[in-house]
Amino acid sequence: MEIKVLKDILSANDQIAQRNRALLEKKNVFTINVMSSPGAGKTSLILETIRKLKNKVSMGVIEGDISSTIDAEKVKREKVPVLQINTGGECHLEAVMVNRALDNLPLDDIGLLFIENVGNLVCPGEFKLGEDRKVLILSVPEGDDKIYKYPLLFHLADAVVINKIDLLPYTKFDLEGFSLALKGINQKARLFQVSCTTHEGIEDWTDWILSSMQLQKRRGRKKP
Amino acid sequence: MHELAVTQSMLDLVLEEANKTGSGKVQKINLVFGELSGVVGDCVQFYFEFLSKGTPAEGASISFRKIPTQARCRECGEVFTPEEFDWSCPKCHRVGVEITAGKELYVESIEVE
Repeated sequence: MEIKVLKDILSANDQIAQRNRALLEKKNVFTINVMSSPGAGKTSLILETIRKLKNKVSMGVIEGDISSTIDAEKVKREKVPVLQINTGGECHLEAVMVNRALDNLPLDDIGLLFIENVGNLVCPGEFKLGEDRKVLILSVPEGDDKIYKYPLLFHLADAVVINKIDLLPYTKFDLEGFSLALKGINQKARLFQVSCTTHEGIEDWTDWILSSMQLQKRRGRKKP
Repeated sequence: MHELAVTQSMLDLVLEEANKTGSGKVQKINLVFGELSGVVGDCVQFYFEFLSKGTPAEGASISFRKIPTQARCRECGEVFTPEEFDWSCPKCHRVGVEITAGKELYVESIEVE
Protein backbone atom coordinates (compact mmCIF):
# COMPACT_ATOMS: atom_id res chain seq x y z
CA MET A 1 0.00 0.00 0.00
CA GLU A 2 1.35 3.40 -1.00
CA ILE A 3 0.85 6.34 1.36
CA LYS A 4 1.29 9.88 0.06
CA VAL A 5 3.51 11.87 2.41
CA LEU A 6 4.68 15.01 0.55
CA LYS A 7 6.52 16.42 3.54
CA ASP A 8 9.81 18.28 3.64
CA ILE A 9 12.48 16.16 5.23
CA LEU A 10 13.78 19.06 7.29
CA SER A 11 10.34 20.17 8.52
CA ALA A 12 11.25 19.19 12.10
CA ASN A 13 14.24 21.56 11.96
CA ASP A 14 12.09 24.30 10.39
CA GLN A 15 9.59 24.05 13.24
CA ILE A 16 12.27 24.51 15.89
CA ALA A 17 13.71 27.38 13.83
CA GLN A 18 10.29 29.04 13.96
CA ARG A 19 10.26 28.62 17.73
CA ASN A 20 13.70 30.25 17.96
CA ARG A 21 12.47 33.08 15.77
CA ALA A 22 9.41 33.66 17.96
CA LEU A 23 11.55 33.78 21.10
CA LEU A 24 14.07 36.17 19.51
CA GLU A 25 11.29 38.44 18.25
CA LYS A 26 9.69 38.53 21.70
CA LYS A 27 13.02 39.54 23.21
CA ASN A 28 13.66 42.10 20.43
CA VAL A 29 16.87 40.41 19.32
CA PHE A 30 17.92 40.93 15.69
CA THR A 31 19.74 37.80 14.56
CA ILE A 32 22.24 37.30 11.76
CA ASN A 33 23.34 33.84 10.61
CA VAL A 34 26.92 34.26 9.34
CA MET A 35 28.08 31.63 6.86
CA SER A 36 31.20 31.06 4.76
CA SER A 37 33.85 28.49 4.04
CA PRO A 38 36.55 28.01 6.73
CA GLY A 39 38.96 30.93 6.91
CA ALA A 40 36.92 33.46 4.91
CA GLY A 41 36.72 35.74 7.95
CA LYS A 42 33.48 35.08 9.85
CA THR A 43 35.05 35.66 13.26
CA SER A 44 37.10 38.60 11.98
CA LEU A 45 34.02 40.32 10.56
CA ILE A 46 32.05 39.71 13.77
CA LEU A 47 34.93 41.16 15.85
CA GLU A 48 35.20 44.18 13.53
CA THR A 49 31.45 44.73 13.83
CA ILE A 50 31.55 44.47 17.63
CA ARG A 51 34.33 47.09 17.80
CA LYS A 52 32.46 49.42 15.45
CA LEU A 53 29.01 49.11 17.03
CA LYS A 54 29.68 48.50 20.71
CA ASN A 55 28.61 52.01 21.71
CA LYS A 56 25.41 51.79 19.68
CA VAL A 57 23.96 48.34 20.29
CA SER A 58 24.40 45.48 22.75
CA MET A 59 25.59 42.34 21.04
CA GLY A 60 25.92 38.62 21.64
CA VAL A 61 27.51 35.77 19.69
CA ILE A 62 26.86 32.07 19.25
CA GLU A 63 29.97 30.36 17.89
CA GLY A 64 29.52 27.13 15.95
CA ASP A 65 32.54 24.93 15.38
CA ILE A 66 33.17 21.24 15.06
CA SER A 67 35.54 21.48 18.04
CA SER A 68 37.57 23.97 20.14
CA THR A 69 36.66 27.28 21.82
CA ILE A 70 39.26 29.40 19.97
CA ASP A 71 36.67 31.72 18.38
CA ALA A 72 34.61 32.08 21.56
CA GLU A 73 37.75 33.13 23.48
CA LYS A 74 38.42 35.87 20.90
CA VAL A 75 34.88 37.22 21.26
CA LYS A 76 35.03 37.03 25.06
CA ARG A 77 37.98 39.43 25.02
CA GLU A 78 35.64 42.04 23.53
CA LYS A 79 33.44 41.69 26.66
CA VAL A 80 30.47 40.41 24.73
CA PRO A 81 28.31 37.46 25.87
CA VAL A 82 29.29 34.43 23.82
CA LEU A 83 28.30 30.80 23.74
CA GLN A 84 30.29 28.11 21.97
CA ILE A 85 28.51 25.20 20.31
CA ASN A 86 30.73 22.26 19.43
CA THR A 87 28.89 20.15 16.90
CA GLY A 88 31.26 17.21 17.40
CA GLY A 89 31.52 16.42 13.70
CA GLU A 90 28.36 17.90 12.21
CA CYS A 91 29.26 20.28 9.40
CA HIS A 92 26.51 22.84 10.11
CA LEU A 93 24.40 24.24 12.94
CA GLU A 94 20.84 23.02 13.39
CA ALA A 95 17.91 24.85 14.97
CA VAL A 96 17.87 22.57 18.00
CA MET A 97 21.50 23.41 18.83
CA VAL A 98 20.72 27.12 18.64
CA ASN A 99 17.62 26.56 20.77
CA ARG A 100 19.74 25.18 23.59
CA ALA A 101 22.26 28.00 23.21
CA LEU A 102 19.51 30.66 23.45
CA ASP A 103 18.55 29.27 26.87
CA ASN A 104 22.02 30.10 28.08
CA LEU A 105 22.38 33.64 26.73
CA PRO A 106 21.16 36.83 28.47
CA LEU A 107 18.68 37.64 25.68
CA ASP A 108 17.16 40.56 27.62
CA ASP A 109 20.50 42.34 27.34
CA ILE A 110 21.15 41.56 23.66
CA GLY A 111 19.90 43.65 20.73
CA LEU A 112 21.99 42.08 17.97
CA LEU A 113 22.95 38.42 17.93
CA PHE A 114 25.44 36.84 15.55
CA ILE A 115 25.28 33.13 14.94
CA GLU A 116 28.59 32.08 13.43
CA ASN A 117 27.88 28.89 11.53
CA VAL A 118 30.36 26.07 10.98
CA GLY A 119 32.74 26.91 8.11
CA ASN A 120 31.11 25.30 5.06
CA LEU A 121 29.61 26.58 1.81
CA VAL A 122 27.12 23.74 1.33
CA CYS A 123 25.38 22.31 4.36
CA PRO A 124 24.38 25.38 6.42
CA GLY A 125 22.11 26.45 3.55
CA GLU A 126 19.55 23.73 4.24
CA PHE A 127 19.13 24.41 7.95
CA LYS A 128 17.15 27.43 9.10
CA LEU A 129 18.07 28.56 12.60
CA GLY A 130 15.46 31.25 13.28
CA GLU A 131 17.58 34.14 12.01
CA ASP A 132 16.38 37.49 10.60
CA ARG A 133 19.14 37.67 7.98
CA LYS A 134 21.48 35.22 6.29
CA VAL A 135 24.88 36.69 5.50
CA LEU A 136 27.45 34.97 3.35
CA ILE A 137 31.12 35.92 3.35
CA LEU A 138 33.33 35.15 0.37
CA SER A 139 37.00 36.02 0.67
CA VAL A 140 39.05 37.15 -2.31
CA PRO A 141 41.60 34.27 -2.22
CA GLU A 142 38.77 31.72 -2.58
CA GLY A 143 38.05 32.96 -6.10
CA ASP A 144 35.03 34.46 -7.86
CA ASP A 145 33.84 31.10 -9.24
CA LYS A 146 32.43 29.86 -5.92
CA ILE A 147 29.02 31.28 -6.80
CA TYR A 148 28.76 28.74 -9.63
CA LYS A 149 30.09 25.86 -7.57
CA TYR A 150 27.87 26.46 -4.51
CA PRO A 151 24.87 28.38 -5.89
CA LEU A 152 22.37 27.56 -3.13
CA LEU A 153 23.97 29.65 -0.37
CA PHE A 154 24.53 32.59 -2.73
CA HIS A 155 20.90 32.32 -3.79
CA LEU A 156 19.62 32.33 -0.19
CA ALA A 157 21.80 35.12 1.24
CA ASP A 158 20.33 38.51 2.22
CA ALA A 159 23.80 40.01 2.00
CA VAL A 160 27.10 38.87 0.54
CA VAL A 161 30.30 40.29 2.01
CA ILE A 162 33.48 40.09 -0.05
CA ASN A 163 36.26 40.06 2.54
CA LYS A 164 40.04 40.54 2.17
CA ILE A 165 39.66 43.12 -0.64
CA ASP A 166 43.15 44.37 0.29
CA LEU A 167 44.36 41.23 -1.55
CA LEU A 168 42.59 42.10 -4.83
CA PRO A 169 45.76 43.38 -6.55
CA TYR A 170 47.44 39.98 -6.01
CA THR A 171 44.64 37.80 -7.41
CA LYS A 172 42.54 37.40 -10.53
CA PHE A 173 39.29 37.90 -8.61
CA ASP A 174 36.82 39.58 -10.99
CA LEU A 175 34.61 41.79 -8.80
CA GLU A 176 32.48 43.03 -11.67
CA GLY A 177 31.89 39.53 -12.99
CA PHE A 178 31.04 38.27 -9.54
CA SER A 179 28.61 41.11 -8.92
CA LEU A 180 26.83 40.36 -12.21
CA ALA A 181 26.66 36.64 -11.42
CA LEU A 182 25.19 37.40 -7.99
CA LYS A 183 22.51 39.62 -9.53
CA GLY A 184 21.74 36.69 -11.79
CA ILE A 185 20.74 34.28 -9.04
CA ASN A 186 19.85 36.64 -6.22
CA GLN A 187 18.26 40.02 -6.88
CA LYS A 188 17.68 40.92 -3.23
CA ALA A 189 21.20 40.40 -1.85
CA ARG A 190 23.24 43.47 -0.87
CA LEU A 191 26.91 43.24 -1.79
CA PHE A 192 29.62 44.65 0.48
CA GLN A 193 33.36 44.87 -0.09
CA VAL A 194 35.43 44.90 3.08
CA SER A 195 38.82 44.21 4.51
CA CYS A 196 38.98 43.25 8.17
CA THR A 197 42.73 44.01 8.04
CA THR A 198 42.58 47.57 6.67
CA HIS A 199 38.99 48.19 7.98
CA GLU A 200 37.95 49.37 4.50
CA GLY A 201 34.21 49.11 3.84
CA ILE A 202 33.28 48.09 7.38
CA GLU A 203 31.11 51.15 7.87
CA ASP A 204 28.91 50.34 4.84
CA TRP A 205 28.36 46.91 6.32
CA THR A 206 27.56 48.12 9.85
CA ASP A 207 25.24 50.82 8.41
CA TRP A 208 23.32 48.07 6.65
CA ILE A 209 22.97 46.13 9.91
CA LEU A 210 21.68 49.22 11.74
CA SER A 211 19.19 50.08 9.00
CA SER A 212 18.01 46.44 8.80
CA MET A 213 17.44 46.52 12.57
CA GLN A 214 15.41 49.74 12.23
CA LEU A 215 13.36 48.23 9.43
CA GLN A 216 12.65 45.15 11.50
CA LYS A 217 11.59 47.29 14.48
CA ARG A 218 9.14 49.29 12.37
CA ARG A 219 7.69 46.09 10.95
CA GLY A 220 7.40 44.65 14.46
CA ARG A 221 5.39 47.65 15.63
CA LYS A 222 2.93 47.26 12.78
CA LYS A 223 2.00 43.78 13.96
CA PRO A 224 -1.42 43.52 15.62
CA MET B 1 28.12 16.23 3.86
CA HIS B 2 24.93 16.82 5.82
CA GLU B 3 23.44 13.47 4.78
CA LEU B 4 23.56 11.99 8.30
CA ALA B 5 21.22 14.72 9.61
CA VAL B 6 19.07 14.52 6.48
CA THR B 7 18.78 10.72 6.72
CA GLN B 8 17.89 10.81 10.42
CA SER B 9 15.15 13.41 9.74
CA MET B 10 13.87 11.36 6.81
CA LEU B 11 13.74 8.19 8.93
CA ASP B 12 11.89 10.01 11.75
CA LEU B 13 9.36 11.33 9.24
CA VAL B 14 8.86 7.93 7.59
CA LEU B 15 8.39 6.11 10.91
CA GLU B 16 5.90 8.75 12.09
CA GLU B 17 3.85 8.45 8.88
CA ALA B 18 3.94 4.63 8.97
CA ASN B 19 2.89 4.65 12.61
CA LYS B 20 -0.08 6.95 11.82
CA THR B 21 -1.52 4.36 9.46
CA GLY B 22 -0.93 1.55 11.92
CA SER B 23 1.01 -0.37 9.31
CA GLY B 24 3.85 -2.74 9.90
CA LYS B 25 6.97 -2.82 7.82
CA VAL B 26 8.00 -0.03 5.49
CA GLN B 27 8.96 -1.53 2.13
CA LYS B 28 9.87 1.48 0.06
CA ILE B 29 10.56 5.19 0.48
CA ASN B 30 10.09 7.50 -2.50
CA LEU B 31 12.37 10.45 -2.03
CA VAL B 32 12.58 13.60 -4.16
CA PHE B 33 15.64 15.81 -4.04
CA GLY B 34 16.78 18.76 -6.09
CA GLU B 35 20.20 19.13 -7.60
CA LEU B 36 20.83 22.29 -5.53
CA SER B 37 20.14 20.54 -2.22
CA GLY B 38 23.60 18.98 -2.44
CA VAL B 39 22.30 15.65 -1.11
CA VAL B 40 24.22 12.60 -2.30
CA GLY B 41 21.96 9.59 -2.76
CA ASP B 42 24.65 6.99 -2.05
CA CYS B 43 25.39 8.60 1.31
CA VAL B 44 21.71 8.65 2.28
CA GLN B 45 21.52 4.95 1.36
CA PHE B 46 24.58 4.16 3.46
CA TYR B 47 23.38 6.03 6.55
CA PHE B 48 19.86 4.67 6.15
CA GLU B 49 21.01 1.07 6.38
CA PHE B 50 22.82 1.91 9.58
CA LEU B 51 20.17 4.13 11.21
CA SER B 52 17.11 2.03 10.33
CA LYS B 53 18.39 -1.15 12.01
CA GLY B 54 15.80 -2.48 14.46
CA THR B 55 13.06 -0.10 13.21
CA PRO B 56 10.02 -0.96 11.02
CA ALA B 57 11.90 0.67 8.14
CA GLU B 58 14.83 -1.74 8.28
CA GLY B 59 15.44 -3.27 4.86
CA ALA B 60 13.25 -0.75 3.01
CA SER B 61 14.46 0.31 -0.40
CA ILE B 62 14.85 3.99 -1.24
CA SER B 63 13.94 5.38 -4.62
CA PHE B 64 15.66 8.67 -5.41
CA ARG B 65 14.08 11.06 -7.91
CA LYS B 66 16.54 13.82 -8.70
CA ILE B 67 15.17 17.15 -9.92
CA PRO B 68 17.54 19.14 -12.13
CA THR B 69 17.99 22.85 -11.49
CA GLN B 70 15.58 24.97 -13.50
CA ALA B 71 15.48 28.73 -13.81
CA ARG B 72 13.05 31.26 -15.27
CA CYS B 73 14.37 34.49 -16.79
CA ARG B 74 12.86 37.51 -15.02
CA GLU B 75 13.08 39.53 -18.25
CA CYS B 76 11.60 37.32 -20.96
CA GLY B 77 10.18 34.40 -18.98
CA GLU B 78 12.27 31.75 -20.74
CA VAL B 79 12.56 28.56 -18.66
CA PHE B 80 15.95 26.85 -18.90
CA THR B 81 18.57 24.69 -17.20
CA PRO B 82 21.52 26.91 -16.22
CA GLU B 83 24.94 26.04 -17.63
CA GLU B 84 27.72 25.24 -15.19
CA PHE B 85 29.35 28.67 -15.36
CA ASP B 86 26.59 30.72 -16.90
CA TRP B 87 23.24 31.61 -15.38
CA SER B 88 22.30 34.16 -18.04
CA CYS B 89 19.23 33.59 -20.20
CA PRO B 90 20.01 31.60 -23.38
CA LYS B 91 17.27 33.50 -25.24
CA CYS B 92 17.64 37.20 -24.29
CA HIS B 93 21.13 36.87 -22.70
CA ARG B 94 20.18 39.00 -19.70
CA VAL B 95 21.02 37.98 -16.13
CA GLY B 96 18.41 37.70 -13.41
CA VAL B 97 16.60 34.45 -12.82
CA GLU B 98 14.12 32.96 -10.47
CA ILE B 99 14.95 29.40 -9.46
CA THR B 100 11.88 27.32 -10.21
CA ALA B 101 13.19 23.83 -9.43
CA GLY B 102 16.20 22.17 -7.83
CA LYS B 103 15.76 23.02 -4.15
CA GLU B 104 13.39 20.13 -3.32
CA LEU B 105 14.05 17.77 -0.43
CA TYR B 106 10.96 15.82 0.54
CA VAL B 107 9.41 12.39 1.01
CA GLU B 108 6.86 11.90 -1.75
CA SER B 109 5.35 8.65 -0.49
CA ILE B 110 6.07 5.45 1.37
CA GLU B 111 5.01 1.92 0.59
CA VAL B 112 3.98 -0.22 3.54
CA GLU B 113 2.74 -3.75 4.08
